[in-house]
Amino acid sequence: MAKILMKGNEAIGAAAIKAGCRYFFGYPITPQNEVPEYMARELPKVGGVFLQAESEVAAINMVYGASGAGARVMTSSSSPGIALKQEGISYIAGAELPCVVVNVVRGGPGLGGIQPAQSDYYQATRGGGNGDYRMPVYAPSSIQETVDLIMGAFDVADQYRTPVMILADGMIGQMMEPIEFKEPKKRELAPKTWATTGTKDERKPNIINSLFIDPQELEDHCIRLEKKYDLIAQNECLVEEYKLEGAEIVVAAYGTTSRIVKNAIDKCAELGIKVGLIRPITLWPFPFASFEKIEDTTKAVLTVEMSTGQMIDDVKIAMNGRMPVEFYGRTGGMVPTPDAIVEKIKKIVGGEK
Amino acid sequence: MTVAFKKTKGLTDKPLHYCPGCTHGIIHRLVAEVLEELEVLDKTIGVAPVGCSVFAYDYFNCDMQEAAHGRAPAVATGIKRVNPDKVVFTYQGDGDLASIGAAEIVHAAHRGEKITTIFVNNAIYGMTGGQMAPTTLVGQKATTAPYGRDEAHCGKSLKVSEMLATIDGAKFVERVSVNSPANIRKAKKAIKKAFELQLANKGFGIVEVLSTCPTNWGLSPVEAIKWLEANMIPYYPLGNLRDVEEAK
Repeated sequence: MAKILMKGNEAIGAAAIKAGCRYFFGYPITPQNEVPEYMARELPKVGGVFLQAESEVAAINMVYGASGAGARVMTSSSSPGIALKQEGISYIAGAELPCVVVNVVRGGPGLGGIQPAQSDYYQATRGGGNGDYRMPVYAPSSIQETVDLIMGAFDVADQYRTPVMILADGMIGQMMEPIEFKEPKKRELAPKTWATTGTKDERKPNIINSLFIDPQELEDHCIRLEKKYDLIAQNECLVEEYKLEGAEIVVAAYGTTSRIVKNAIDKCAELGIKVGLIRPITLWPFPFASFEKIEDTTKAVLTVEMSTGQMIDDVKIAMNGRMPVEFYGRTGGMVPTPDAIVEKIKKIVGGEK
Repeated sequence: MTVAFKKTKGLTDKPLHYCPGCTHGIIHRLVAEVLEELEVLDKTIGVAPVGCSVFAYDYFNCDMQEAAHGRAPAVATGIKRVNPDKVVFTYQGDGDLASIGAAEIVHAAHRGEKITTIFVNNAIYGMTGGQMAPTTLVGQKATTAPYGRDEAHCGKSLKVSEMLATIDGAKFVERVSVNSPANIRKAKKAIKKAFELQLANKGFGIVEVLSTCPTNWGLSPVEAIKWLEANMIPYYPLGNLRDVEEAK
């Protein structure tokens, strides 16, 4: 199939529809508005439903209802909007319902700005909503990868009955790149016998619920969820490793930042400094194994993020004190330049802090 | 032997957890009887709220989803859009619907969402222990209004049905009470009409049911009924506020 040029936000909508998503509930927020606009235009053409909710809170609860009723459903938003959706995401995780949530991240805290940022790492990977839950979080670095990950994300959501987040950023949402829609790998998916579609007098009533008043029942539920999350961690972790062998410095970066880092790595090679990259594609589950492989001859790990430093916590956990973990970040919508990253690497190589 | 009266198929065998004298049990039964009589139990999906009726999913004999506090109309919207040919209802208390869920109910009504809402108004937060609700009457004591609700401090009691009746998408709005056998019959009639409106695909329907809370009002069940008649009905008058069929 020929490649087509698409804006990131529209590609997100197109990929979801190709993956069988027929319901979208959302609320406008910059810089992701082309997603609901695309869905409003295209979903009715395939017999689907787009509905603009009165708020992010309502939108995610519409997702909860639709998912409980057995539909493939998606919502998208940007940072402050996702903050509002966290209540519903926790309920969806608690009730074990599948759905896809797209966060086209902008700077924060609060209203922040509308330019790309990566300052929602904690919010995405540490729950955000209340309680003991996790959800797979995918961080694409290109529009092609965004499309590929979304098309697979609906299957992952269905297989494990979990919300799945696509953590893009304003850059992915707003830029255009050539893409092609490829068939994702087929997964064996169980029929949704748990969905609330009316009993048809053929079965006992189905109940979608996350309430467990008896502490023992709730603990049992949470432990069962934890086992599911262990299974996801074993099976669904995705990572890209780049030029790790013999690397003097290993950089950890994800999403669009990793593309800038690759540019910096090439510049370092010209200067005779060997630099590798570990790019987590899933932020949860985090690719700890890749960090464990880092050779002892490596001097340091440098984490580069469009935040004041959030993923660095996971990198430090992964390195467990084995070598220094340095940080370089820009935030608030400021984007790191390759040259600034090269300067930081040169300082680390030279022994400077 | 002729069976004159039996339990409705619309309720499960699970014993209700409600306090003695609380009228939730009556309202549950009315909704369940209506669903049975309309022969829609097998195609109904109910949405349970947060509050005293949080366990409603255990009592109604149909598919049920539990919603977060106030979000039942949004959850019901998601269900109904996926299953437009099914019957979807929310069962919500006044803390749930009139306070934290005010936006969701207004906009479900505004969209003309084809769902039915049973709104149980007992003028107080029950489950959390008798705090003030938007529907608490002026002068009425609550744990967070220990000197009685002061209008100058927190406003008058919110008349939800009157507010929703001004919205075009709301096609049926009626306030009923379950304080007497005669009113219970009227309540059932209104509930049935609201569900029939949904089956006819007409739009949003809501029945507000005035209910008692003997525990948090600090009254006996009989005194509670008397208090409802003396205080709630004068402020929340019973009757139909909007009916598109009758308007024709």
